[in-house]
Amino acid sequence: MKITRNKWQNFIKNNLTMNTHKKHGFWHRYFFSLDHKDIGFQYMLTIFVMVSIGGFFAYVFRMHLAYPEMEVPLFGLVTNKDYNMLITNHGLIMMMWLALGMLLAVAGNYLIPIMIGTDDMAFPKLNKLSYWFFLISVILMISSFFMKRGGFGGGWTMYPPLSVGDFGYNTAYTSFKDRFFTANTFVLLAITFEFIALLMGGINFFVTTLNKRAKGMTLTKMPMIVWMINIASVLFMFSVGPLIAGAFMLLLDINAGTGFYDVYRGGDPLLWEHLFWFFGHPEVYVILLPPLGIIAEIISTNSRKPLYGYKFILNLTLIAAILSMMVWAHHQFVSGIDPRAATIFSIFTIIISLPFAGIILAYIATLWNGDLKINLPMKWAIGAITLFTLIGGFTGLYLGASVFDIYAHDTSFVVAHFHYTLFPTVIFGSFAAFYYWFGKFSGRELNKFWGNVHFWLTFIFFNGFAFPLFLLGLAGQHRRIADYRQFEFLMQDPLPLYRQIATISAVILILSQFIFIFNFFWSLKRGKKVTSDNPWESNTLEWQTASPPPHGNFAVYPEVHHGPYEYNHPDREDDFLPQNKK
Amino acid sequence: MNTKITWREIPQARLAMWALIAGEFAIFGGLIVMYTLNRLKYESWGEMAQHTNVIAGTINTLVLLTSSFFVVKAHEAALHKNKEKVKMWIWLTLICALLFLGIKSYEYYHEILHGFTLPGTQLLAEGKHVETMYWSFYYTMTGLHGLHVIGGALALFFVMRHATKTEKDYHRIEVAGLYWHMVDIVWIFLFPLIYLIH
Repeated sequence: MKITRNKWQNFIKNNLTMNTHKKHGFWHRYFFSLDHKDIGFQYMLTIFVMVSIGGFFAYVFRMHLAYPEMEVPLFGLVTNKDYNMLITNHGLIMMMWLALGMLLAVAGNYLIPIMIGTDDMAFPKLNKLSYWFFLISVILMISSFFMKRGGFGGGWTMYPPLSVGDFGYNTAYTSFKDRFFTANTFVLLAITFEFIALLMGGINFFVTTLNKRAKGMTLTKMPMIVWMINIASVLFMFSVGPLIAGAFMLLLDINAGTGFYDVYRGGDPLLWEHLFWFFGHPEVYVILLPPLGIIAEIISTNSRKPLYGYKFILNLTLIAAILSMMVWAHHQFVSGIDPRAATIFSIFTIIISLPFAGIILAYIATLWNGDLKINLPMKWAIGAITLFTLIGGFTGLYLGASVFDIYAHDTSFVVAHFHYTLFPTVIFGSFAAFYYWFGKFSGRELNKFWGNVHFWLTFIFFNGFAFPLFLLGLAGQHRRIADYRQFEFLMQDPLPLYRQIATISAVILILSQFIFIFNFFWSLKRGKKVTSDNPWESNTLEWQTASPPPHGNFAVYPEVHHGPYEYNHPDREDDFLPQNKK
Repeated sequence: MNTKITWREIPQARLAMWALIAGEFAIFGGLIVMYTLNRLKYESWGEMAQHTNVIAGTINTLVLLTSSFFVVKAHEAALHKNKEKVKMWIWLTLICALLFLGIKSYEYYHEILHGFTLPGTQLLAEGKHVETMYWSFYYTMTGLHGLHVIGGALALFFVMRHATKTEKDYHRIEVAGLYWHMVDIVWIFLFPLIYLIH
């Protein structure tokens, strides 16, 4: 007995270590490693699994909406209950695991330590723990699909009383086992675990950034992406607290028979809406800021110009972060809030577009008169800001005004709006980052031809999918109705055609992501080796070390002498000036 | 004299603890705001608050405040790397924590005996539905705080054992102590809100 215990102890001790001189096996790389790049990779693979599930769900319910009489290939006939479960879990997975995970956890883990010129996170073991919590949350989420009463179908916003489950309030208390092993409980637990994981990650990012910067790197010499991830983490930390408390209360409502959201006992379901959106609206800015940082890096490097207005962008971001805590109730204009409050929230919602308009203008000013290099990351970056600003942001102004929102609430117009804001930022932003940094972190290149095919298919068919939803929404199509055949006005031409265009585009959009998946894994193993450590001739520190970076990132700790965006400096011969070059 | 402190001069662990405490305040702050709004809405909760044991609550407040003093003394001893004194002051803190949990359990025991439970089944049967939520909040808030007491005490215990055994990482006493103060401050908010306002 004693020998086996020692064996396990040794196994864990050997694997849970920063030791760099030894070659480690599978378990080390994918489960135990404390290196920030390995942890980022673990997050990335886990998120790929989640996205595949979320994408598959999207495919099934889009097919059902366009062809309601048909059996969906690979799924079968979609019942109303299935539809609810599919849209709920699609929303939850994409918002909580893809968007937050990819943009906070993956981007933060890969980029922060290396871009500020240090060896690793401030607390590598805490970082590992946060990944394990994330993994637990993923397992809980996936197991929620297989509960006896089926997956959770109360909408991704989990409003009570829908989220209190089949039992509802005021039913006789059944056994604890019956209540605990329901999808509702598991989804709530999964989300709580994920929040804890991201909180731990956020604390780590914050401390690492403040405390472990390379010598000479002042706060205003940090790359914009590092600022953005940190502001996003702090914003997340302050907005998520009340929701964690609220989720705890909802768990008690489901499992212990309390009545925090039960009107009969003086509770208020609207309280959950406030708690949820007090987190949920800052969350969309938590999601938006890291892509804005990624785009700042890419457009500055590829237009060979300094980023226009570094401090201007930074101040606007801080203003937007504060304002974002005061706009949440614009999700509740039809939930019976006071019209006077609705006006105030409308005004704040419209005001918050100003700082973002300023940031986008600064990006356009960066591009202006630049020596533009239209390569793949640049295409994704420009595609992202174009779609986000011109369509996603503009329709947000309409929806922010309560007069319009009361008409458009919960229609496909809203669905189209938030897909036009989230898809360009989360998906385009992540792809921009993948195509930009892949060579650095793997030491191999992604195939350019297939990268271009992937970009154009995604760009075209994303618009083909999301734009018809605006028209459908204005015609009155409600987002939570599974089958439109009973509504005559929704079956009139050309509305079914719009739905079919949206669905076919969505299917092609999903299929074209396989190009990326194959490109990613093929290039990881067989891709062409990178010829240069700094292929984009960029200034930031991650390009000044080997590709892939060794454990500890730098052979010699860099010392920073310049800001991150010193391109085409008049006193220099080269058009770029690495931060660590004297 | 230049008194400006840069971020880099603040120890990592202390910085992380500040961030954690900010996060905890967001959680408890949310709960306290929710409770207060409901408390203002329902006057009958005052009647329920009279069923709490104010004497036990007061003793508990004193116990926690004293334990905070002990933690500060432990920190002082840790600064001097005085192994024996660190051990003594942390053990005194832990005794306070156990005392707090004991008194709290005694309160819970008597309240549950009188039918004031978390779901409040008995009150519901009496037709007092609104009042059940007072007890739901009572158990949720004090229970969550109790979990933090247990967590903080365990942290103090392990940090103390590690520091006194290996004679290093004395700074961890301060960091765990910061957390302990947070637990104390949360109670300072909970005590008047739950026990004292009738």
